[in-house]
Amino acid sequence: MKITEEQVRYVAELANLKLTDEEVARMCVELGAILEYMDKLNELDTRDVEPMAQVLYEAEETATLREDVEGPTLGAELALANAPLAGAGYFKVPKVIER
Amino acid sequence: MTPDEIRELTVERVREGLKARRFSATELAQAALEFAQAENPKTNAYLHFCPERALEAARRVDAKIAAGEDPGPLAGVPVAVKDVILTKGVRTTCASRLLEHYIPPYDATAVIRLEQAGGVILGKTNCDEFAMGSSNENSAFGPVRNPVAPDRVPGGSSGGSAAAVAQGTAVVALGSDTGGSIRQPASFCGVVGITPTYGRVSRYGLVAFASSLDHIGPFARNVRDAALLLQVIAGRDPMDSTSAFAPVPDYLAALDGNVRGIKVGLPREYFKDLTSETGDCIARGVELLRKLGCEIREISLPHTEYAIACYYIICTAEASSNLARYDGVRYTRRSPHSETLSDMYRNSRGEGFGAECKRRIMLGTYVLSAGYYEAYYLKAQKVRTLIARDFTEAFEQVDAIVTPVSPFPAFRLGEKIADPLAMYLSDIYTITGSLAGIPCMSVPCGKTREGLPVGMQILTRHFDEVGMLRLAYAFEQAGGADV
Repeated sequence: MKITEEQVRYVAELANLKLTDEEVARMCVELGAILEYMDKLNELDTRDVEPMAQVLYEAEETATLREDVEGPTLGAELALANAPLAGAGYFKVPKVIER
Repeated sequence: MTPDEIRELTVERVREGLKARRFSATELAQAALEFAQAENPKTNAYLHFCPERALEAARRVDAKIAAGEDPGPLAGVPVAVKDVILTKGVRTTCASRLLEHYIPPYDATAVIRLEQAGGVILGKTNCDEFAMGSSNENSAFGPVRNPVAPDRVPGGSSGGSAAAVAQGTAVVALGSDTGGSIRQPASFCGVVGITPTYGRVSRYGLVAFASSLDHIGPFARNVRDAALLLQVIAGRDPMDSTSAFAPVPDYLAALDGNVRGIKVGLPREYFKDLTSETGDCIARGVELLRKLGCEIREISLPHTEYAIACYYIICTAEASSNLARYDGVRYTRRSPHSETLSDMYRNSRGEGFGAECKRRIMLGTYVLSAGYYEAYYLKAQKVRTLIARDFTEAFEQVDAIVTPVSPFPAFRLGEKIADPLAMYLSDIYTITGSLAGIPCMSVPCGKTREGLPVGMQILTRHFDEVGMLRLAYAFEQAGGADV
């Protein structure tokens, strides 16, 4: 097996994703098969190849950066409108610090 | 208007109808909404309709016409928008339980532009959850049926947009494409679908899946309408720093039918195992291109066989980062069963995401995690360079590349859903162009004996949408859909 149950649980922790025991078992099989397939890339020698993080094309130099000037924003009320729980202009979450 | 008239509308027919006062934009919007709502149970293409917004847009068009102003190139045209593209005040769910009740506070730039051009948005279309899938079966709100063959999938992830255009419940539609999500459903449903050059169309307001690969693009029933919608939505947008500054040419002017002397490359890696009916259709399509005066050459894209592994590492890595924002704090859904903040994150995500999203979050987190980053993610980025270089070298020899869109036509609902790797492998022909960021499109190219549509993919150099559309239009006008 390419990936163990223990590893699946560890990755789920990293991803903040709760999985049921059944899901963990299924992930082992499915991720295992996919990762095994991905090992195909090791056939290629990429020592002298630059990684490509964005699409690159020939273009004139352009001014993506702009002056740092204030523009219109959504405002707190709209920004909070989709929050499951909000109050007093803030997102509310379960208590983090014990008194 | 009769249902048959609505079903066969084109942008041109809408314009003529408005001009001749055979109908007003408001009357058309009402009739189109009624028709789309009545037809929807057959396909489940729309997740929800937005009649108020549609009628308001139509009234604006009528007011402009009454005032003698130009109502815009899409005036009165019924449009469908994939439900991963934000519409202010109109629910946008990404076909996910997680965003079931999400009401965006702003519009995507593409949406603003198409409404400014007079387009009338009827509703939001079904898709795979967060645009992750190749069959539309990953929607939390049920699959879409292919209007051509209801026991089959429409393709994915923009299955609803493709189905709506094929069914005639929208004249044109917006979809999104990360690894084939416009082209593959277009080919399965027998319509035209365009993935423009990366950066050609602003993604502001497109819910992010894999940011180095995401595109917005048009669906239409003919090349001309697709080109027209692209014209409307293309161009630099200060709200999307990845949107390109390159000037937008006149796409309609490119549709002159003359493709004599154009060099068309057929990559041997794409054709060597293609013995299916799809292969026969593409072969007849290529023959038609030759008759039109194209110069057909065999070319090689040597790294093709590594594209799927490369793509599914990069897209899942980016997806796992992009989907991190759904934490139960900001976007409508929170698990009620959580005492602590970290449980709240975990439970909200565990309960909200469907199986494919979870699988991709897990894969992406794994390939980015300490100890695996270099072996998987960095390796894939390097292989992406090789794949992009294949295209650069090929375009030194030819002006356009022609391939199938998919190895097979629309498959049956349920046929591939149990095997995620098999589903990933079906994207082989579309993801290479996505990785390179070049323009690609699907244009109808015959049908199988069973009557299932086949799509021909055309790929050109960065920002050469003109060359791509010219070839597609000439092919279509010469009877490409019936080869």
